[in-house]
Amino acid sequence: MNKEMDWDKENTASTAENKGLHTEEPLIFEQGSTSQSGVDLPQPKETQHRLGSLRRTKQIGLPGLSEPEIVRHYTRLSRNNYAIDIGLYPLGSCTMKHNPRLNEAVARLSGFSDIHPLQPLSTVQGAMALIKELERWLIMLTGFPTIALSPAAGAQGELCGLMVIRSYLEQQGDPRKTVLVADSAHGTNPATAAMCGYEIKSIPSNASGRLDLQALKKILDSEVAAVMLTNPNTCGLFESQILDISNAVHNSGALLYCDGANFNAIVGKVKPADLGIDIMHLNLHKTFSTPHGGGGPGSGPVAMTSALAPYAPLPWVDHSNSGYTLTEHVGSQSKLSFGRMRAWHGQMGMFVRALCYLISHGGDGLRQVAEDAVLNANYIRQGLCEHYSMPYPGTCMHEVLCDEQSLKPVGLKTLDVAKALIDKGFHPMTIYFPLIVNGAMLIEPTETETKETLDQFIQAMIAIADHSSPESISFLKNAPVHTPRRRLDETQAARHPILRWSVDRTETSN
Amino acid sequence: MRYLPHTNQDRKLMMAKIGIEDIDELFADIPKQALTSFADTMPSHSGELEVTRHLQSLSNLNLAASKAPSFLGGGAYRHHIPATVDALIQRGEFLTSYTPYQPEISQGTLQAVFEFQTQVALLTGMELANASMYDGSTACAEAVLMAGRITKRKNVILSGGLHPFYCDVVETLAQFSRLNIEKSRPEAPTKGHLDTVALEKRINEETACVVVQYPDFFGLIRDFTRLGDQCKKSGALLIIVFNEPVALGALKSPGEMGADIVVGEGQSLGVGLNFGGPYVGLFATKTKYLRQTPGRIAGQTEDLDGKRGWVLTLNAREQHIRREKATSNICTNSGLCALAFSIHLSLLGEKGLSHLATLNHEATISTADQLTDIKGVEILNESYFNEFTVRLPKPAGPLVENLARKKVLAGIPIHRLYPDRQDFKNLLLVNANELTSQSDIEMLANGIVEELS
Repeated sequence: MNKEMDWDKENTASTAENKGLHTEEPLIFEQGSTSQSGVDLPQPKETQHRLGSLRRTKQIGLPGLSEPEIVRHYTRLSRNNYAIDIGLYPLGSCTMKHNPRLNEAVARLSGFSDIHPLQPLSTVQGAMALIKELERWLIMLTGFPTIALSPAAGAQGELCGLMVIRSYLEQQGDPRKTVLVADSAHGTNPATAAMCGYEIKSIPSNASGRLDLQALKKILDSEVAAVMLTNPNTCGLFESQILDISNAVHNSGALLYCDGANFNAIVGKVKPADLGIDIMHLNLHKTFSTPHGGGGPGSGPVAMTSALAPYAPLPWVDHSNSGYTLTEHVGSQSKLSFGRMRAWHGQMGMFVRALCYLISHGGDGLRQVAEDAVLNANYIRQGLCEHYSMPYPGTCMHEVLCDEQSLKPVGLKTLDVAKALIDKGFHPMTIYFPLIVNGAMLIEPTETETKETLDQFIQAMIAIADHSSPESISFLKNAPVHTPRRRLDETQAARHPILRWSVDRTETSN
Repeated sequence: MRYLPHTNQDRKLMMAKIGIEDIDELFADIPKQALTSFADTMPSHSGELEVTRHLQSLSNLNLAASKAPSFLGGGAYRHHIPATVDALIQRGEFLTSYTPYQPEISQGTLQAVFEFQTQVALLTGMELANASMYDGSTACAEAVLMAGRITKRKNVILSGGLHPFYCDVVETLAQFSRLNIEKSRPEAPTKGHLDTVALEKRINEETACVVVQYPDFFGLIRDFTRLGDQCKKSGALLIIVFNEPVALGALKSPGEMGADIVVGEGQSLGVGLNFGGPYVGLFATKTKYLRQTPGRIAGQTEDLDGKRGWVLTLNAREQHIRREKATSNICTNSGLCALAFSIHLSLLGEKGLSHLATLNHEATISTADQLTDIKGVEILNESYFNEFTVRLPKPAGPLVENLARKKVLAGIPIHRLYPDRQDFKNLLLVNANELTSQSDIEMLANGIVEELS
């Protein structure tokens, strides 16, 4: 056997660092071996292979473990995570609402989870019916006549939106050169515009935290293809001049794209199509409760006007007298489509979950979602406004924005507030975003939080802000101390990247 | 409503605290004419019982792969997923957590991502891997864009063996870049059709990359070592794509053949069919290309107490830092699916993966041998792992439809993915795996015999 692959079993984690319910857990590579497996499979027949000359001869180096060890490994890992199931997760613009368990149950029905994307259409009519039903709900809520369900996440939804716009303009004979992006926009906005071959220009915000309409009018010219904004915007404010903005955009022959990340503030209250928007994406993993899963998967459907509909990406589901059909290729009914964004139909698992959520809430429930979300954010705003500086005082929508002005006199930074919050049992808010405000703290509680939780959060924030003695400042600067790991050296991680375990690496700690 | 904790009493108290009487005072910025009561025209809320009943009825209209012999592959593969995988990914700390931006309270996710990255690197024979992409097809497109950035060249050659939907995705996502995508005319596998000379001949000093699939869409296994050498000679990158990670349990790794970037679909381990999504894109490459790699990456470091831990790192590549200069616009990836993949692979281990691969290959051999015996049916592949292309004496599409009505999912009519190729009308793509039983194979064979008579 290759000596290199002989794991040193003496080099395992000691229990010295275990504390009560917290256990230190090594990597699977430090525990398992290539000769162990937690799966029992039937005996192979030892048939002569037909792999040609490419049969694997070398060891891969993948460790296996028995089932009890695997369950313990991942259970221990999970206990090092904060989650919505544990407490308030007030990340602005992420909409960390409760993830209903019914969603999980229905997504696992075998008629949804165990069907292949290339089955004969006659055998998946229920799946296609579900897709159309989800489309109908999202169309009701947004007011647009068409929605493309295939984009895999919000950023891909943005790309879909801009590709539709560019294809539409190219068809008119003038793709234009520039996309204008609000300076408070999420980083995906300009990154997406660049992927579409556009130059990006920034639209400044005005003193009230909204898009500066006059500045916009000055830079709108015949080279602008689109304006990308978020509404409500990333400062948590509704763009009250939206109708004037969309008129200005349209008057210059450009189109208005809306990033729908903050749709939770207005769902069931107003239809974006009534605000002069041409095309927008939704995040099923934000407004519509599909779980964040540690970073994904998401789903980013794109709703659009009838003028833009012919350019929508493949594939899509249609309904005719003979049942549901699928348009998978550019053809006579789809010749203007800008193409296919991903191999299959879309994030079907997220469609089932989102539809479950939509039917459960109904129109009355969804409107209540927006009202409670906005109520909760304003309740926090009221509780904090005497203790934290807010660049745009006054009513906010579903999220409230603070900055670091009030922290400066006590020598604190936004980062310290975030880390101190962790020690108080809360996940921090979004920090240092949006970029137009110094030391931004963007707090979005969502509608699934109780008044009691909000009160606790407000109290914790006030306690943090009122620390003015050197001892308490130093405590904050060292936070968190109650977590499985304290502050980690991100500089070192970037300077000397260790991006995987290797057999020749000797561990110095853990 | 069961997901909304506030009582009307709560709302009244909170509104009083804020100093308002009506909730719509908080919506004053919305143009009055747009603030309508359209929500009242929508269906109202429903309890679990009604919701379940409705969705169950839709589910019942679909033929699940577990209810019929299923021979479908073509980029999405069915395997037995051990019960432990779903039990673990349903833990709330994994399911309902977010991107690990606050590493001190996300070490569970970050350590799992680090392990996943290592597994993907080992499996593909490459130096490093990222934390996942949306799926194999978008990972492929991102690899192509990355090759364009690294080489600063504009020509991209897509092999005829690359999954046709992957070709479409590359063309679509690259259409507004400087890149010029050259597709190849796909050929059904024939005896002796194993060389890559035709591809090699097209490489020149403007070639950014050559993209091949392993095994290819038709199930054929080709050696890309010489192609890799040719690419290296002319400064082009070799991108190897796989659709079935279990194949890498039986085959030489793409890294050993000289791949610069390896991308693939991880769905077949841990994730399941799900009618096409969510899936998980695997992305692996060499250390020298690190700065141009898209997507999130976890890296090892130490905390203030000197304890080992992990953080998301090298963020300067990504959209939230570099904005329009980012390597990709990707933000959300496929976190939970990557975890499912990782757990499944940890349970299997190398021994189990190898064993699973052997079972898949043997089931496919049994299926091929039984189909070969049918008069008029020809297996075209000289080599295959768990799927192969069959030429029937009549069109595959109607045959598959008829067998579906008899509850046999007989494979994929290749013409469905190549509607312009009349010469593909009689071709059927057949997959078998460890779930394929002898009686399944018999039902397929008998079904085909009936259709052909």
